[in-house]
Amino acid sequence: MSDVTIPQPTRPWQRKRSEVARSGASLALVGLLSFGIVLFTGFAGVDGWAVCIMLLFIAALIYRGRKLSKKERGNATVQLVITAAAVLAFAPWLSILGSVLYKGVVGLRLNFITSDMRTTVPDDDLSMGGALHAVLGSLLMVSIATVITLPLGILSGVYLTEIKGRFTFLVRFVVQSMSGVPSIVAGLFIFTTYNSLTNGPSAFGGALALGILMLPTVARTSEEVLKLVPDDLRSASLALGARQWRTTLMVVLPTVRSGLITAGILGVARVIGETAPLLLTAGSNSAFWFNPAKGPIASLPIYVFGMLQIGTEYAVNRAWTGALVLMLAVFALFFTARKLGGKDKR
Amino acid sequence: MNIVAPVKREMHVVHSRGDKVFRGIVTAGALTSLIILGLIGSFLFARGAQVFSQYGLKFITGTNWSSSLDEGIASEFGMGPMLVGTIIVSTIALLFAVPMSIAGALYIEFYAAGRVRRILSGLLDLAAAIPSLIFGLWGIQVFTNFGQNWAEFLATRLGWFPLFNTISDNYGRSPFVAGCVLASMVVPITTSVAREVYSRTPRELIDTCYALGGSKWGAIKTVVLPFGKSGVVGGAMLGLGRALGETVAVYLVLNLNFRYTFRILESEGGNVASLIATRFGESTSEELTALVAAGFVLFLLTLSVNMVASTIVTRTTRK
Amino acid sequence: MSNASAVLDMPEQGFAGLETREAHAWFGNHHALSGVSLRFPAKSVTGLIGPSGCGKSTYLRLLNRMHEFIPNSAMAGEVLLHGDDIYGESVDPAAIRLKVGMVFQKPNPFPAMTIRENVISGLKLAHIKIDNENDLVEKCLTRAGLWKEVKDRLDASGGSLSGGQQQRLCIARSLAVEPEVLLMDEPCSALDPGSTLRIEETIKELAEKITVVIVTHNMQQASRVSDYCAFFLSDGGPGVLVEADQTRKMFTNPTDTRTADYVQGKFG
Repeated sequence: MSDVTIPQPTRPWQRKRSEVARSGASLALVGLLSFGIVLFTGFAGVDGWAVCIMLLFIAALIYRGRKLSKKERGNATVQLVITAAAVLAFAPWLSILGSVLYKGVVGLRLNFITSDMRTTVPDDDLSMGGALHAVLGSLLMVSIATVITLPLGILSGVYLTEIKGRFTFLVRFVVQSMSGVPSIVAGLFIFTTYNSLTNGPSAFGGALALGILMLPTVARTSEEVLKLVPDDLRSASLALGARQWRTTLMVVLPTVRSGLITAGILGVARVIGETAPLLLTAGSNSAFWFNPAKGPIASLPIYVFGMLQIGTEYAVNRAWTGALVLMLAVFALFFTARKLGGKDKR
Repeated sequence: MNIVAPVKREMHVVHSRGDKVFRGIVTAGALTSLIILGLIGSFLFARGAQVFSQYGLKFITGTNWSSSLDEGIASEFGMGPMLVGTIIVSTIALLFAVPMSIAGALYIEFYAAGRVRRILSGLLDLAAAIPSLIFGLWGIQVFTNFGQNWAEFLATRLGWFPLFNTISDNYGRSPFVAGCVLASMVVPITTSVAREVYSRTPRELIDTCYALGGSKWGAIKTVVLPFGKSGVVGGAMLGLGRALGETVAVYLVLNLNFRYTFRILESEGGNVASLIATRFGESTSEELTALVAAGFVLFLLTLSVNMVASTIVTRTTRK
Repeated sequence: MSNASAVLDMPEQGFAGLETREAHAWFGNHHALSGVSLRFPAKSVTGLIGPSGCGKSTYLRLLNRMHEFIPNSAMAGEVLLHGDDIYGESVDPAAIRLKVGMVFQKPNPFPAMTIRENVISGLKLAHIKIDNENDLVEKCLTRAGLWKEVKDRLDASGGSLSGGQQQRLCIARSLAVEPEVLLMDEPCSALDPGSTLRIEETIKELAEKITVVIVTHNMQQASRVSDYCAFFLSDGGPGVLVEADQTRKMFTNPTDTRTADYVQGKFG
């Protein structure tokens, strides 16, 4: 029996504790110095800070880098530039998330989702009025749009993958092209056709405009999801003597059930925040009723948009709160889609 | 012995009743989608053709957009400034967005440690999901304060450069600021595509760079960037497509003015989508047709950009 | 299982300067390589042989600090080049890799570069100034046995060559930075027999000037090409060095029974 003692695994290539500590200390020093400079020179605002920190950082690195070879200096410089640019790229989203949360949470009270604006003016205190009408309006229009586009989109996907008939190229081409329709153009189309026929804005009009934007997304995602089903599955079912419709309905579709739901969810997430088309087709309102064919209807994006246009302090607050609700909805949809998308993995 | 060449037999597919019904329903569904979407395209085209035959090329190049209710004065519809405005704002957006996207993608893929990378990936996906409206809201309420300081800086220090020349002191609602807001909308898309492409760089090529004694930047410069070139271009064009069609964010941030201007720091500008959004309400039927035609032009623009983009992207991600 | 500490009879050229002392390697919690001590002879070819999965390639990557690129990897023991531990505190790994080069299994010339650019790419990456580019390109391609075939099309793309030619281009590329040791990880396993033989000739010529360490699955190749062999084996646990000796002796009269079984083809 050999008596070999196994040594501890080490990672000599990793940065040592002392070096990490030193970096942290110099970062803190840079922060302090920037603070001092900002105080003394009146370099204002967050961007003033950021510029200060950057410049000092660069100075410190140049000092540290005078011992390095040309290649290493190039490498370190590039690392700094890339990190700085990446921070710059991510900063707006953090700012958006932060602002929406910070400014929106102020108005997020119970009355925001339980009452509407029939009896209150946007300028009133935030404990009055709410966005119930907008939320219900959005729900109504999105539901109608989903009821129309989900079946159509899934059928299109099934046509493209299972039947592959004579129109395959045409269907795929048109679906692909129409996913690039600017949202305002979709709204304009409905405005000039449906709305003129029915004399004015309505929930149906809005739903149709949203549907135009949803359909390509649902169709494309359905097709992609269906394509992932291995052909062996279909072959096995057909070899057992099942007809094509049985194969599709009982073998293929159940396999991608969560994928198709994801297609629907992604479609909804795409249109729930759309403003421009609703501007043209659904108008806005301060109350809500269930009849989708009669009259203008509020929606969450239009609510936010309208409040913003009014521009007084309380109105803008309401806008931020509406934006917060909208964002939470979109994120909830996306997380659900992600979770469901994972379920299909075999 | 005579060898007779075999005769091919026809293999008929005879569908059962059930299958025929099934195929009928599915085809009907697909055709309905086709018809609906095709209707829109052809409607836009028809209106567009109508307006073009009436106004000719002046529709695109003309500078005056005025609708007239009087019988005596003719209406004039020229979308030139709006088209140019769309292109200007989108170009500014791309100029900022593409370098930041490349840097962001490189950072996530090659420089970020495990946990940081996961957080940033999640953030990237979330950012792509944020509706344009919220970008516009943030743009006008939060960002403009910064943006106008930068615009002021550019105007006062670099004002000799013709693009940065300004007449007034008002920088807040300029194409420059709008372009910055659009850039932050474009970055998530372009960064995702760029990152996808960079992650497909063959590992052996990167290892070889290190084995030859190169640094991380050496490996990126030698292998990753050339490999990902076309993919990044595709991603940039996808982002451009989004920027061109953007309505609400630009509408909220930009001070709309319907004339040609290249002064990107000045508080005026426009784009086609905002044109439609502002004018549809009180338009005559004549103006409405012109608006539809303008929408058609915009649609063609975004369509061609998107088509080019998706061919490039599918080609590079299929490697 | 006992570890042999390989004391190879050094040839007249002497010791190459590269050795490992009790080298271990881990992937996460998986102990892949255990206690390998080996001193490499200069100006000769040492083959690392053994069945697959015994840690030969892992050991190879310890020698030029490529092991650390694998996430969650760890090591223990010493790897010494001319007496200095290459995993020491202030050691620049890139400098080590200039002295200890590597050729990989799959030929991988840089696709975006011409043949000429491929050869000098190592020098560009290391920011080393080139005095006479044409001479250098000719010298490296000649040593790799490729010069005659490509001398008229140096500006063609690196990917326009056949598999065997591409691998020789990779060899030329590694030679351009003038390493003392060249590590080769199954360089012929993706090639046809004709190209394989030609590359084996090249390897033997290279060994007149530098030290070559080659990992190979193919015992016949090991007996054709190498002067010394080191036999690795794993019994389900970490890979260990069983025996190391001159090739002739390993194949005709090995000391360990496991070595004898392997070279006679009883397993592997």
